[in-house]
Amino acid sequence: MMGDRFNFHRLTALIAKEFIQMRRDRLTFAMMLGVPIMQLILFGYAINADPKHLATAVYAQDHSVFTRSFLIALENSDYFEITAHPETREEADALLAQGDAQFVIEIPANFSRDLLRSEHPQILVDADATDPAATGNAISAINLLAGSVLDRDLVGPVAKLRQGEAPFSLVVHRRYNSENHTQYNIVPGIIGVILTMTMVMFTALAMTREIERGTMENLLTMPARPLEVMMGKIIPYIMIGYIQTALVLLAARFLFDVPMVGSLVLLSVVLLIFVAANLAVGFTFSTLARNQLQAVQMAVFFFLPSILLSGFMFPFRGMPVWAQWLGEILPLTHFLRIIRGILLKGNGATDIQADTGAIILFFFAATVVAMNRYRRTLD
Amino acid sequence: MSAAPFDGELVIDVEGLTKSFGGRKVVDNVDMQVAKGEIYGFLGPNGSGKTTTIRMLCGLLTPDAGHGTCLVYDILTESPRIKLETGYMTQRFSLYEDLSIRENLDFVARIYELPSRREAVDATIEKLNLKGRADQLAGSLSGGWKQRLALASCIMHQPKLLLLDEPTAGVDPKARREFWDEIHELAAGGLTVLVSTHYMDEAERCHKICYLAYGRLLARGTAEEVIAQSGLATWTVSGPSQRRIGQLARELSGKQGVDMVAPFGATLHVSGLDPASLESAIAPWRGEAELSWRRDEPTLEDVFILMMKQAPDNFT
Repeated sequence: MMGDRFNFHRLTALIAKEFIQMRRDRLTFAMMLGVPIMQLILFGYAINADPKHLATAVYAQDHSVFTRSFLIALENSDYFEITAHPETREEADALLAQGDAQFVIEIPANFSRDLLRSEHPQILVDADATDPAATGNAISAINLLAGSVLDRDLVGPVAKLRQGEAPFSLVVHRRYNSENHTQYNIVPGIIGVILTMTMVMFTALAMTREIERGTMENLLTMPARPLEVMMGKIIPYIMIGYIQTALVLLAARFLFDVPMVGSLVLLSVVLLIFVAANLAVGFTFSTLARNQLQAVQMAVFFFLPSILLSGFMFPFRGMPVWAQWLGEILPLTHFLRIIRGILLKGNGATDIQADTGAIILFFFAATVVAMNRYRRTLD
Repeated sequence: MSAAPFDGELVIDVEGLTKSFGGRKVVDNVDMQVAKGEIYGFLGPNGSGKTTTIRMLCGLLTPDAGHGTCLVYDILTESPRIKLETGYMTQRFSLYEDLSIRENLDFVARIYELPSRREAVDATIEKLNLKGRADQLAGSLSGGWKQRLALASCIMHQPKLLLLDEPTAGVDPKARREFWDEIHELAAGGLTVLVSTHYMDEAERCHKICYLAYGRLLARGTAEEVIAQSGLATWTVSGPSQRRIGQLARELSGKQGVDMVAPFGATLHVSGLDPASLESAIAPWRGEAELSWRRDEPTLEDVFILMMKQAPDNFT
């Protein structure tokens, strides 16, 4: 029985058929070849696990040659970039809370006087340790600096200060996450990641499924309006999103002991905006995709940059500026800052308004595209 | 078929409907007038533009050219109003297969905002004789039942116009018969029905028919009128054996005056547009003792196949 054996000709026929079908589905084909290359280049250049030039605020109450040398050395280390000079402690704390600065360096009053009196003054370094990966290397670098930075200034009569104990010491405070728990950063972030993945994919599929199964034609002949159809698709998934969040938060609290300093009510309000933004993206995809496979591909295409460029997997500040701008577009970037801010830093409504605004903007842009793309007729 | 008793009032009145897809004219300058209570058969080969025309009538597609009214509403500007008063049964089953019969009907009733929804759904299930199976998934129904469910769901909101796009494709003869009985019952109640079909027996059950080929309307009227208009003459010939009939078919085809030769079981239909030259064409075989010739009325099918052959094909 020849027909029962494995037949190479039949296999080649099947392979050839698969390639023909692949080529027919242009969009899928483009996504299979184009998107991986694009993302390879994008992520290859963007991702950096050793972030440098971290935003640093200097609250200096003493201005002297020693302070200046210290700050120059700080910048020369490449890990720090001085971006602000707050005048008060409150101002400095606000910069840290809102994420505008990764570090606050406080140089105490009388620093030079105490230094010269060999009283070994302290410089206080507050680090936003919500993401331990972002601050780790910078903290090691600053500790190395303390021993040698003033060697060149301590000459002549004060040269003796170079001997023995370092002339001043650094006290590093890891704020918001004093024990450097990575899961404090990851677990709240996972809420954002899961929501992005499921919300975008579910809506993208829900709509293309109607088209693929032919039920869309029936829906179009009935008097339902586009806004009704869109909201009808989206609202059930908003509810699913809340259930997912509740589950992850429970796990965060009881399995990972993640602190929840801020208001959960505030979080659930922002969550609504974030979920809506993702659903609008999914809906847009569903109006572009011709079949469910394409819808899934588009969802993945959106999901990858969302995890890689948002600051979820790699420190946001480690990326080059152009990649940071790309990241700023994505709702997940802003949501990560908001949820980490609320849970770990206890941020209030005013601290998160800029990031919330960015998500709202994104939501409106995506909705406009989705509504324009929605085919009310079959043209 | 006698005409509908609701004279005068036109439910569909469109002129010059034209639609192209990718540079190809799928529907070309089609006029259509359908009176209230009429069952209007829409015939034509696959890809002749029937579905496209139906979709333009109910606002699913915007015509490139042409204008007119459907249920007194302008097809170009008032499609939401048309949708409210029209029931459209798509060619492919388009209810939700993963919803039960009751859930599907309930969904439709809610979209149309039927005032007494529960009663309407119950009444429909009762009428369908599906009382015991109302919680069964629509996807598990057989073809005939799916078709009945689809019809029931698109008349639940009591439309004034029913558009049926090949409603009986893939349905067994008994179910088809019952389906048509119901269509006639609905039309008697004043509902206007536009139905596309491939089946000639169905065409003969319509009050009026029109024939569309390659986007162009080639004939319209009652079935008798369409046959008479065609001017076709047909002879039926029966012979001693299948083999002889097959042989005869080959001998006759292509002869001057013979426009169409079609075998029907053990007989052959030989047709021509000019009765005189058809007669002289078949003369040499009429004397053959084994063959019996009979002058016959052409069937609707003969007429349509001939029209299709003569229509210029703009797809090739």
